[in-house]
Amino acid sequence: MDKNRQEVLTEALTHILAERLVSLHWLFDELTIVIRANDVCSISGILRDHKDLGFDTLIDLCGMDYSTYGDETNALGQSEGRRFAVIYHLLSVSHNQRLRMKVFAENNDFPAVDSVTDIWPAANWFEREAFDLFGIVFPGHSDLRRILTDYGFVGNPFRKDFPISGYVEMRYDEKQKRVIYQPVSIEPREVIPYVIREQNYGDSHVD
Amino acid sequence: MAEIRNYTMNFGPQHPAAHGVLRLVLELDGEVVRRADPHIGLLHRATEKLAENKTYLQSVPYMDRLDYVSMMVNEHAYVMAIEKLLQIDVPLRAQYIRVMFDEITRILNHLLWIGAHALDVGAMTMFLYAFREREDLMDCYEAVSGARLHAAYYRPGGVYRDLPDAMPQYQPSAIHNDKQTRIRNQNRKGSLLDFIEDFTERFPAYVDEYETLLTDNRIWKQRLVDVGVVSPERAKALGFTGPMLRGSGVEWDLRKKQPYEVYDQVDFDIPVGVNGDCYDRYLVRMEEFRQSNRIIKQCVDWLRKNPGPVITDNHKVAPPSRIDMKQNMEEMIHHFKLFSEGFHVPPGEAYVGVEHPKGEFGIYLVSNGANKPYRLKIRAPGFAHLAALDEMSRGHMIADVVAIIGTQDIVFGEIDR
Repeated sequence: MDKNRQEVLTEALTHILAERLVSLHWLFDELTIVIRANDVCSISGILRDHKDLGFDTLIDLCGMDYSTYGDETNALGQSEGRRFAVIYHLLSVSHNQRLRMKVFAENNDFPAVDSVTDIWPAANWFEREAFDLFGIVFPGHSDLRRILTDYGFVGNPFRKDFPISGYVEMRYDEKQKRVIYQPVSIEPREVIPYVIREQNYGDSHVD
Repeated sequence: MAEIRNYTMNFGPQHPAAHGVLRLVLELDGEVVRRADPHIGLLHRATEKLAENKTYLQSVPYMDRLDYVSMMVNEHAYVMAIEKLLQIDVPLRAQYIRVMFDEITRILNHLLWIGAHALDVGAMTMFLYAFREREDLMDCYEAVSGARLHAAYYRPGGVYRDLPDAMPQYQPSAIHNDKQTRIRNQNRKGSLLDFIEDFTERFPAYVDEYETLLTDNRIWKQRLVDVGVVSPERAKALGFTGPMLRGSGVEWDLRKKQPYEVYDQVDFDIPVGVNGDCYDRYLVRMEEFRQSNRIIKQCVDWLRKNPGPVITDNHKVAPPSRIDMKQNMEEMIHHFKLFSEGFHVPPGEAYVGVEHPKGEFGIYLVSNGANKPYRLKIRAPGFAHLAALDEMSRGHMIADVVAIIGTQDIVFGEIDR
């Protein structure tokens, strides 16, 4: 998007949302706005229906667990100790513009963000997915069931404290003649360590 | 009066028309569908979680396994997201190669779609025809990457290597004698580009052949026309993208509207439907065959005339050449660091959407500066489409559900992730 249209969109959003807008940033030509959890429904309605915005398509909705992100929380919205966020990627087909909307859930133990299924029906399965994988609850969703994990699955696998190998494994038991669940027998291993280097690490030799 | 009872029927997960592992719970009133509840996740592998525990480069092959019939386009979105965060440039030749292979992939995907869709609806022949052409295109995949399906050919900063100068040849076997082998090798004498060009010459005639079989076929039209109608407003609200959205008459294609790589340099048209039914979506995809063919032709022409590097020379991201690595200490260190620790991506977040054969395939990548992604979210087009299956199939017959699954071009690798 060219600079001129970026300014127009920024101006429109700051004007329309006013004090309900917590922050607004441009990064790599992508716009991110952060709003409060209890404004989600009203702001979503405005984003969809206002003639200057017209975000008619919800492209993606995903959960996010910021618990191990570190201090690097850059200009894209301070989490301020809040662990879970829901990130909406919106697209306006009529205006050909995109927007990322970020909402932090206020309660870390029982994260909840209002459902936007009434505004964008596409949110239905995306919210079920975020509920399934992160345990974020969406009040107002008519059919909030697990979607990707197994029937009877316990836990929220995409939370950062959920081990990658999981807790249970499944096998066929010859004696009982049925499939049973048992505690995992594999040890978690990390082949390549997780490393965060300081900025410009190894740049002593500049071409 | 006879007692009327609604039936609940289980469709799949092992049904040939369920396109893999879709379990569909259908509430029926006689043969009319009252509610369809797709149960997905039987192929869930937690690709996004796995990617958080792998370096950026190690996750490239995972992308092939998402939508396993359009492998390179998945990789494309992923490497573009990394390139955006790293702010590195891709050589022009690599961009043309990517666009060419994106379109080859689009044809590959649509061929499987038309084959499977027609097979579901009852036309066996299409499947055989489609796989004949897929064979040639998978040979292109193999020539360039060594793998027929899971290529891992796109890399952050470019593509793995330049196009080969020679096509692999068939060898005589118990089934094909010397003479037959010579005939089969006829269009494989030259380079990969010669082979692809030969394919683009032949392909329009093949599409005509498919259209002769289907477009005016009475049974085909009876099964598709006015089935699964979606209005343009509803299609947008339901998050449809790609041919599903264009079939409803919305002129929206990321290759035109938000061009990436060199899509703004090539000439092609965007077909759109009128009625938003299965038949219009069929017509849209048939036209996309021809448009993709046009793009491939233009890329072949450009690639013939313009040799050059195919991957960035930033050795923090892309490996140095084998010779340099063996002779130069600096390059040796780069190589070692790249394949042990991997490269680091500066903190930030980026979303990249590409025009996947099925719709908008997006990668949302969040980095905290480590050598592994902090969060990778895959936006699969099929996920939003399948979510609308309930709405699209209500009031239709069971047999129409099969046609709707076919028109949605469902592949479970991407939906379940």
